[in-house]
Amino acid sequence: MTERLVIIGNGMAPGRALETLLARAPGRFDITIFNAEPRVNYDRIMLSPVLSGEKRFEDIVIHDDAWYQRHGIRLLKGCPAVAIDRTAKLVTGADGTVAPYDKLIVATGSSPIIVPIPGHTLPGVVAYRDLDDVDRMLAAAATGRHAVVIGGGLLGLEAAAGLKLRGMTVTVLHLMPTLMERQLDPAAGHLLEQAMQTRGIDVICRANTHAILGDTHVTGVRLDDGREIPADIVVMAVGIRPNAGLAKAAGIDISRGIIVDDRMATSDPDILALGECAEHRGICYGLVAPLYEMAKVAAASLIGDTSAAYHGSVTATKLKVTGIDLFSAGDFADRKGREEIVLRDPARGIYKRLVIEGERLVGAVLYGDTADGAWFFDLIKADKPIGPLRDTLIFGPAFQGGAALPPTAAVAALSDETEICGCNGVCKGDILSAISTKGLTTLADVRAHTKASASCGTCTGKVEALLAHALGGAYKTRTAEAVCLCTDLGHDDVRRAIRDQGLKSGHAVMQALRWRSSCGCARCRPAINYYLLAEWPGEYRDDARSRFVNERLHANIQKDGTYSVVPRMWGGVTSPKELRAIADVAEKFAIPTVKVTGGQRIDLLGVRKEDLPGVWADLNAAGMVSGHAYAKGLRTVKTCVGSEWCRFGTQDSTGLGVKLERYLWGSWSPAKVKLAVSGCPRNCAEATCKDIGVVCVDSGYEIHYAGAAGLHIQGTIVLTKVATEDECIEVIAALLQLYREDGRYLERIYKWMARVGHDTIVGRVVDDLDGRKALVQRFEFSQVFAQIDPWAERVAGLDAHEFAPLAVIPYREAAE
Amino acid sequence: MNMFLDWIDVGALADIPPRGSRVVASPLGDIAVFRAADDTVFALLDRCPHKGGPLSQGIVHEHAVTCPLHNWVISLESGEATGADRGCTPKIPVRIEADRVLIALPETLAQAAE
Ligand code: SRM
Ligand SMILES: Cc1cc2nc3c(=O)[nH]c(=O)nc-3n(C[C@H](O)[C@H](O)[C@H](O)COP(=O)(O)OP(=O)(O)OC[C@H]3O[C@@H](n4cnc5c(N)ncnc54)[C@H](O)[C@@H]3O)c2cc1C
Ligand code: SF4
Ligand code: FES
Repeated sequence: MTERLVIIGNGMAPGRALETLLARAPGRFDITIFNAEPRVNYDRIMLSPVLSGEKRFEDIVIHDDAWYQRHGIRLLKGCPAVAIDRTAKLVTGADGTVAPYDKLIVATGSSPIIVPIPGHTLPGVVAYRDLDDVDRMLAAAATGRHAVVIGGGLLGLEAAAGLKLRGMTVTVLHLMPTLMERQLDPAAGHLLEQAMQTRGIDVICRANTHAILGDTHVTGVRLDDGREIPADIVVMAVGIRPNAGLAKAAGIDISRGIIVDDRMATSDPDILALGECAEHRGICYGLVAPLYEMAKVAAASLIGDTSAAYHGSVTATKLKVTGIDLFSAGDFADRKGREEIVLRDPARGIYKRLVIEGERLVGAVLYGDTADGAWFFDLIKADKPIGPLRDTLIFGPAFQGGAALPPTAAVAALSDETEICGCNGVCKGDILSAISTKGLTTLADVRAHTKASASCGTCTGKVEALLAHALGGAYKTRTAEAVCLCTDLGHDDVRRAIRDQGLKSGHAVMQALRWRSSCGCARCRPAINYYLLAEWPGEYRDDARSRFVNERLHANIQKDGTYSVVPRMWGGVTSPKELRAIADVAEKFAIPTVKVTGGQRIDLLGVRKEDLPGVWADLNAAGMVSGHAYAKGLRTVKTCVGSEWCRFGTQDSTGLGVKLERYLWGSWSPAKVKLAVSGCPRNCAEATCKDIGVVCVDSGYEIHYAGAAGLHIQGTIVLTKVATEDECIEVIAALLQLYREDGRYLERIYKWMARVGHDTIVGRVVDDLDGRKALVQRFEFSQVFAQIDPWAERVAGLDAHEFAPLAVIPYREAAE
Repeated sequence: MNMFLDWIDVGALADIPPRGSRVVASPLGDIAVFRAADDTVFALLDRCPHKGGPLSQGIVHEHAVTCPLHNWVISLESGEATGADRGCTPKIPVRIEADRVLIALPETLAQAAE
């Protein structure tokens, strides 16, 4: 006869226990789950990305409805259990449902602590525990402006970062002198505080909240020192308390949590407890890793396997705030007999501290560079004397034994529970099992199936090493990465073929190079289109159907399907007439947002597609052309005021910027190209983080290149210094042309430079004068065909079909 | 329900660029009518199952379109997301008759739009 298993609570811990149970003893239990939340099991730790908008709820569901159905599990959503009758072996739900059990699991998690200060019951005071809390915060962010977060621990900081990303001003109030004091030592806490401040989040430590203010809704918070901080929402994230009340009422032994033994059994042998509500050897855990260990043991106990036992866990914490690298594990309090090893590198923003007790590593705090966190964590868990490792321990595994471990060996050495992808919480074991069970062979496969490396990508190297480790020789690392799945050829192969075989259409390229698909895909088509355009100026006709929508419609698509329009504003200089025309257009077409961009010009956001030609016509009439804000091509040339006005200006930086923009605009390139010209080394135009930058000095012009300030902040390097404006413009045109002829599609100048080498580039555009002239000639020839305002062409009727519907079916016709 | 309304003529095949698409505005919302390289014609609601991106503005390749917002690849034949992504965009019945494009609005959808 099947045994009846009832589970109270449907969080992450019982979810994992069920997976193990169903795998080990399918069909053995008839399962009923009471869940207070009205939904399926989801990845609670990913609520912060949902709050910040980086993920949707659907992305973080662990078991969907179909899963419960498939396994014949009765999931009672929105139905909290209200009583356990241990004599009759029955659980009663709030709606009166009664479920008999042979075995019962209590996994009620914990509840957020709400400090009972005056005002704590006002609408607008929320905790941070489940999806409903996230929804409440999102609602507040949609209408309100100020948020106060009480509590500077992991949850509070994640909530603060999320609310900030949603556009609120955020203040974190923390009672203790430094943030996350339970996971971080004071030094790292300070660094974290600085990082939060630079993100625009206000942090007040030693802040004792006196009262929450407001009559019908929260309006602010008052501190003990009398300070008042405005708030439309107050998030309380000061700690959690295990939910042990139900068990207590049933007469089960509890202390802080429900007391369990090494097999997860409570004082009643037929009742197990696991997760945050459980207390094992005096400890209640608040992180998933230990709960997952408990889950495996609980599943084993249920099927009578007594070999499995839980012995407690050492925990590690990572803060999930994008851009802040922070890791802590073990115990790092100062105590007698403990020694520490500290490494500080303020210039790089790195701080590392290891705590050693009797030859063993017991704690680690890493800030700024957490790459070695997993390795230290393994050492802490191993709990063995570190011996001679000690001298170089702080430098991480790369320095052990003199030489760095090859990456494959390094990942092979990690335990299965080691987290590889911090963004998506994917462990080494998850990736390896996906590789073997689903037969994955590429990085793209692993991303698609496990989400590892699919978010910020910093773990890509590790994921590749795992693939190499799992597949051995069968895994090809990306030496010459194929353009896309349609071919095995790399970008350089394709370009060479276009040049050498005189291929002049996308179709010819795919034919000659035996593309696997009939007409390419969204990755290769735009690349090939660019290569053809660059190779055969004047001859090749641009293929609109191979252009990404922005380059086809000459405007940037927005998330709601409207477009943004950015006219050129040469060198960032404008006039009353242009501003008037922009204002008129914005009013005439009811354009909702007019914004100054980071590129020194004005963006009209939220234009309806059908209005685009009209908007352009009016802008053209005032003398303005497309700013190519959408283009893999020349974007902006930023300038500062320079010698014309500025007391420090050495040259006419504004004038040079305008000349450069007028000369270079319209050119297509492998990736976007941004320029800036600064009038002196104070560099107000930020020329040293641009693809190409000019810094004027008394004696002439320093030409910089290979900078960027996006995903990777990258300072430029100096290409050369020249004495005259003409020479400056010539070198820049040659550099741009070389890049246009040699860069791979989507490879920005800094990446191109890293690939081909600075010396090669200097040789071609600085040293080889004839070669430079030839490059400039080729550039100017291609500009003859490129400098046509795409807006004017569309206004004149080109591709009119892009903007008008094919047909309009009126309501009546459809309904008849 | 499988009852369809009458076929509605929405234009000539030549009005849709090959490997391209045009939009038909309808009471159900925009409908994207695609013409593949081999001249097969498909119609889907112009709404990506991911976050509602306008599929009509994507790059059409083989019998699929890549959404312009976040690059999901949607099968034109089934309306379903391909690869590891999950989601489906409703298909709209479409056929070609003497170089004219005809579509039909499913009754259930039309009623839902009321
Ligand atoms: C509008 C603007 C933000 C603003 O309101 O100020 C903007 C908006 C976008 N940027 Fe930007 N960037 C804008 C200035 C910048 C700057 C600042 C600058 O140019 O000095 C940077 C850092 C400098 C740089 O590029 O190195 C910047 C780095 C990026 C990046 C990261 C590039 C990288 O290689 O790391 C992307 C992503 C990409 O290109 O793939 C990006 C992509 C985007 C896109 C195109 C995202 C997209 O694909 O839709 C945004 C288009 C919005 C739209 O529809 O207009 N934007 N973006 C700025 C337009 C400048 C202009 O007048 O043309
Ligand atoms: C925003 C956030 C971020 C986090 N980030 C991390 C992180 O980065 N790393 C990490 O390791 N951990 C993190 N945690 C902690 C982690 O989510 C928890 O440790 C874990 O979810 C606990 O699992 P559980 O199954 O014990 O309880 P829970 O997941 O809390 O599930 C308990 C469930 O039981 C339900 N319940 C309670 N009482 C009853 C009842 N009487 N009847 C029926 N149902 C009931 C509750 O509604 C809840 O759905 C985070 C938590 C939050 C809230
Ligand atoms: S891409 Fe640029 S404009 Fe868009 S949200 Fe990011 S930083 Fe802002
Ligand atoms: S909306 Fe289509 S991919 Fe995101």
